Amino acid sequence: MCLAIPGQIVEMFDDDHHYAVVDVCGVRRKINIDLLKNERLFLGDWVLIHVGFAMSKISEEQASEQLKLLSMLDESDEAIEEVKGYQFDKERI
Amino acid sequence: MKYVDEFRDPELIRKISEEIRRLVDPNYHYRFMEVCGGHTFSIFRFGLQNLLPENIELVHGPGCPVCVLPMGRMDDGLSIAQQPNVIFTAFGDVMRVPGKHGTPLELKARGADIRMVYSPLDALKIAMDHPDRQVVLFAIGFETTAPSTALTLMRARELDVSNFSVFSNHVLIIPAIQAILDSPDMRIDGFIGPGHVSSVIGARPYEFIAKKYRKPIVISGFEPLDLLQSILMLVKQMREGRFEVENQYSRVVPYKGNISALDIMKEVFEVRPLFEWRGLGTIPQSALKLRPEFAKWDAEVRFQVEGARVNDPQMAQCGEVLKGVLKPQQCKLFGKECTPEHPVGALMVSSEGACAAYYHYVHLQDAVGK
Repeated sequence: MCLAIPGQIVEMFDDDHHYAVVDVCGVRRKINIDLLKNERLFLGDWVLIHVGFAMSKISEEQASEQLKLLSMLDESDEAIEEVKGYQFDKERI
Repeated sequence: MKYVDEFRDPELIRKISEEIRRLVDPNYHYRFMEVCGGHTFSIFRFGLQNLLPENIELVHGPGCPVCVLPMGRMDDGLSIAQQPNVIFTAFGDVMRVPGKHGTPLELKARGADIRMVYSPLDALKIAMDHPDRQVVLFAIGFETTAPSTALTLMRARELDVSNFSVFSNHVLIIPAIQAILDSPDMRIDGFIGPGHVSSVIGARPYEFIAKKYRKPIVISGFEPLDLLQSILMLVKQMREGRFEVENQYSRVVPYKGNISALDIMKEVFEVRPLFEWRGLGTIPQSALKLRPEFAKWDAEVRFQVEGARVNDPQMAQCGEVLKGVLKPQQCKLFGKECTPEHPVGALMVSSEGACAAYYHYVHLQDAVGK
């Protein structure tokens, strides 16, 4: 539960500041970005994701380190499965 | 078991490992506790203990949320799950935790509507999809997860979703560390501080460990290199007679933490006067409940829960293992009655639990013929 998933922001919404779309190893899902409202987020930024929420903004280098860590721990499939499993992105919550 | 050559930067790993060996006092037995379950998982997966001198012992701390949840809370949650018209939702880790009458998965097989979710927002979506049912989220986790539950509750209020409620089992890391420091059998020399919990709470709340208890603490990332570097930083502090909070994971952990996340938590939760932890007993001000303003979404207010207290299975020694008094394989049930496939105690359930990590590690060692 402590291991976070790195994702890159590929879409932001003008009308809904609670959410952004991230890409995690080719899987795209909507995540909540309210926990980072004190940070300015831009398209292309990388974030650490935990239970559907962006937790921290990170560098691209840190994102690739985190991906490598997940794969070394044999956790990358689970991470992708988790992101695929988010159901809330299908409607406006 | 991983070998040094497999690591991303084997040369650096070797250097740090040698530096640790050079700096330790050979006549002293060091006990460092990694507080976080994610660290326990990494340490075993990478076989880091093998890269350390024999007189450095890593003790596995209380930082796996399902491992520290007493069975009574599990049973209280499951009693809600069995009420008519309820859809009960929980994270995957929770689904295999045994209660007195079985795990959530077993209860599901017997007909209860229990669903696994990956996000608290998924539970809210299920509530919106089923306005005629009561949807309950079994919320669990330290400060890493609590802000997400809090935001979900704020969304439920904004959207006026009235058939959604949260059974909060969120716990706080600082009181748990304090309980370990105050425990009479405490023999820890220093702490490896959690990485992602600290991205929320920051480094500041750990200052008391250095100032009051005069123990070093280094907040660490999860890579082999991160963990070894943190251990080296602990050894250096001890050698130089310093007791400080150092931040090895500063690329993710700001000193003051995530202010928005902390504010959101404060808005939704208040601290419980007392909460029971598996193995550590009742710890004051160590867990979060919903504020009265959110009573409408509080499963403990909406449903009658017994406040069950259940003793752990008699032979299981989860408590001793959690406090670092016993190693997992010293428990009478380890690897016999209690395995990851059939866990008796919670430490065998989650991959972040010390027993599951040990079990996996022993099997990996067997596989390479050691």
